[in-house]
Amino acid sequence: MEEKRNKAAGIGGLISAAVLPFIIGLILALVIGWWAFPLVLFKEVPQPVAFKHSPHSEVMECADCHFLREDGSFSGIPTTAECASCHESAQGESRAEAEYIEKYVNGEQEAPWLVHQKQPDNAFFSHAAHSLESCQQMGCHADYEKAEDLCITCHPSTADLDKPVPYLENRLTGYSNSTMKMWECERCHANPNHLDMTNANNACYTCHK
Amino acid sequence: MASVSKEFKVKWGMVIDVDKCTGCGACMVACQAENNIAPVTDASDKRRSLNWLLVYELSNGKAYPEHEVAYLPRPCQQCGSYPCASVCPVVATDKNEEGGIVSQVPSRCIGCRYCMAACPYHARYFNWFDPVWPSGMDKIITPDVSVRPRGVVEKCSFCHHRFMQAKDRARVAGKDVYDLEDGEYITACTETCPNGAIAFGDLLNEKHRVYHLSRSKYAFRLLERLGTEPQVYYLSKREWVRRQGDNYLQNEPTPVKG
Ligand code: HEC
Ligand code: HEC
Ligand code: HEC
Ligand code: HEC
Ligand code: HEC
Repeated sequence: MEEKRNKAAGIGGLISAAVLPFIIGLILALVIGWWAFPLVLFKEVPQPVAFKHSPHSEVMECADCHFLREDGSFSGIPTTAECASCHESAQGESRAEAEYIEKYVNGEQEAPWLVHQKQPDNAFFSHAAHSLESCQQMGCHADYEKAEDLCITCHPSTADLDKPVPYLENRLTGYSNSTMKMWECERCHANPNHLDMTNANNACYTCHK
Repeated sequence: MASVSKEFKVKWGMVIDVDKCTGCGACMVACQAENNIAPVTDASDKRRSLNWLLVYELSNGKAYPEHEVAYLPRPCQQCGSYPCASVCPVVATDKNEEGGIVSQVPSRCIGCRYCMAACPYHARYFNWFDPVWPSGMDKIITPDVSVRPRGVVEKCSFCHHRFMQAKDRARVAGKDVYDLEDGEYITACTETCPNGAIAFGDLLNEKHRVYHLSRSKYAFRLLERLGTEPQVYYLSKREWVRRQGDNYLQNEPTPVKG
C-alpha cells in the first residue's frame, strides 16, 4: 500500500514537472509567434504624402479618382496632374497639403504611392471583373448599393479614415501585410455560389500569368 | 494520356495557311517581344535556347526543277486531349478554363520536364537561364506577362493575357465575355504576320473566320492520328505539305476531308 501511494505521487510529480514546462513553453511560443515575430517581421513605411480620404470623399465620388477605363483596365491611383486640378493652389492650411504642393505639384512629379494590395508578378487581377456593374449584371448582391460596399470586401475601408492606413512591409518579401493571399481569392472563387453561377473561374490560368 | 477530349463553349483556335507563309519569322519576333522571352547569349545553341513559336522549314525532297519548300509555324497546339497536363505531378499545367487554352503556371512548375517528354510537338521548352535584358530593353517588358525564372518549363499561351484584356474590355462595354467578336482577341503572331497567314478566333463560333477555315477540305492538323485533338489547324492546297502533317506509309493515300 505504502509503496503504491508513493509511486502515484511520483507519477503526479512527474506529470506536473513535465506538463508545466510544456504549457509555459507553449504560451511562450504563441506569444513569440503571434506578437513578437510579426512585430519584427513587419516594418511600418510612411506613404510619400499624408493623404487622407475623408476630406476628399466629402467633395468627390470614389470613381473620380478610381475608375475603369474604356479598354477595361483600371485607373488605380490618380496622377499628380489630376490632383493638381484642385491643388494648383492650397485648399486649406494643413502642412501635409503644403508639402504635397511644394514637392509634387510644383515639382511636377508623381508620388511613389505604396499600394497595400500590390500582387506579385505572377498573379493577374482585374477590377473590371470585380466591379459593381459586373456584380449586378449577374443579378446577385442586391446588398451592395454603392461601389464602396464592394471595395471593402477586399480592401481596408479607407473612405472615412482621416489618417492613412499604416503600410506594413514584410522585411523578408517586401510585400505589404494586407496584400491578398491566394486563399483569400479562393474564398470567393471556389465558393459554389460563384463558381458555377458567375464567370468566377477556379482555373489556375484565371489568376496566374 | 487523357483519352477523352475536354469540351468547352468557346474554343480558341488558330488556322495557319502554310501556302501564305513566307517563313519571314516576324511571328517569332512578335511572340518573343510580347511574351517577355529574354535574348540569350548564345542563341545558336538550340539545346539551351527557347521559342514559344518556331517556324519549321519543310521540303518535298525532290531535285531542282520540282523542288519546293514550305514553312510551318508551330505554336503550342492547345490539344483537346492533352498529353502534357496528364503527366504533370503538380498541376502546373492544365486545361480547365473556358476557351480551352492549356495553362502553364510557372510559379507552380517544379521543372521536372515530364511534360516536355510527353508533348509530341516539342512545343515546350525548359528555361535554362535567368532572363537578362540588355539595359534599356527591359522597358519593353509586357506587364501582363510574368517573367519566368530559370528552372521552369514554358510554352505558348495563345497570348492568354490578351484574352483577359479582351474580356475586361467586353465587361466594361457591358457585353458577354464568352461571345467576343471576331478579332477582339487575337495573338501577337496573328497581329504581326505581314501576309495574313494566321487566323485566330473561336472554332465553335460561326461568326468567326476560323470556324469556316478549320472546316476547309485543305485543313489538317499535326499528327492527327495520335488523337490529341489540337486546336491549331493548318491549310495547304499542296498535298505533299498535308502529307508531312503526319507519318504516312509510302503507299498510303492522304486522307481527304468531307
Ligand atoms: C482625391 C482622389 C481620391 C478619391 C476621391 C478617393 N481616393 Fe482612394 N485613393 C486615392 C489615393 C491617392 C490613394 C493612395 C494612397 C493611399 O493608399 O492612401 C488611394 C487609395 C485607396 C485604396 C487603397 C488601395 C491599396 O490597396 O493601396 C482604397 C481601397 C481606396 N482608395 C478606396 C477609395 C474609396 C472607396 C473611395 C470613395 C469613398 C475613394 N478611394 C476615393 C485617391 C482617392
Ligand atoms: C475636388 C478637388 C480635389 C482634388 C481633385 C484633390 N483634392 Fe486634396 N484636398 C481637397 C480639399 C477640399 C482638401 C481639404 C483641405 C482642408 O480643409 O485642409 C484636400 C486636402 C488634401 C491634403 C491635406 C490633407 C490633410 O492632412 O488635411 C492632401 C495631402 C491632399 N488633399 C492631397 C491630394 C492628392 C494627392 C490628390 C490627388 C490624388 C488630391 N488631393 C486631389 C480637394 C481636392
Ligand atoms: C476582389 C477584390 C477587390 C475588389 C472588390 C476591389 N479591389 Fe482594388 N485591388 C485588389 C487587388 C488584388 C489589387 C492589387 C492589384 C495588383 O497589384 O495587380 C487592387 C488594387 C487597387 C488599387 C491600387 C491600384 C494600383 O494602381 O496599383 C486601388 C486604388 C484600388 N484597388 C481601389 C479599389 C476600389 C476603389 C475598389 C471598389 C470600386 C476596389 N479596389 C475593389 C482587389 C480588389
Ligand atoms: C468578393 C469575392 C471575390 C474575391 C475576394 C475575388 N474574386 Fe475574382 N471574381 C469574383 C467573381 C464573382 C467573379 C466573376 C465576375 C463575372 O462573372 O463577371 C470574379 C472574376 C475574376 C476574374 C475574371 C475571370 C474571367 O474568367 O475573366 C479574375 C482574373 C479574378 N476574378 C481574379 C481574382 C484574384 C486574383 C483575386 C484575389 C486577389 C480575386 N479574384 C478575388 C469574386 C471574387
Ligand atoms: C482566384 C485566383 C487564383 C486562382 C484560381 C489560383 N491562384 Fe495561385 N495565387 C493567386 C494569388 C493572388 C497569388 C499571390 C498571393 C500569394 O502568394 O498567396 C497566388 C500565388 C500562388 C503560388 C505561390 C507563388 C509564390 O511565388 O509564392 C502558387 C504556387 C500558385 N498560386 C499556384 C496556383 C495553382 C497551381 C493554381 C490552380 C490549381 C492556382 N494557383 C489558382 C491567385 C489564384
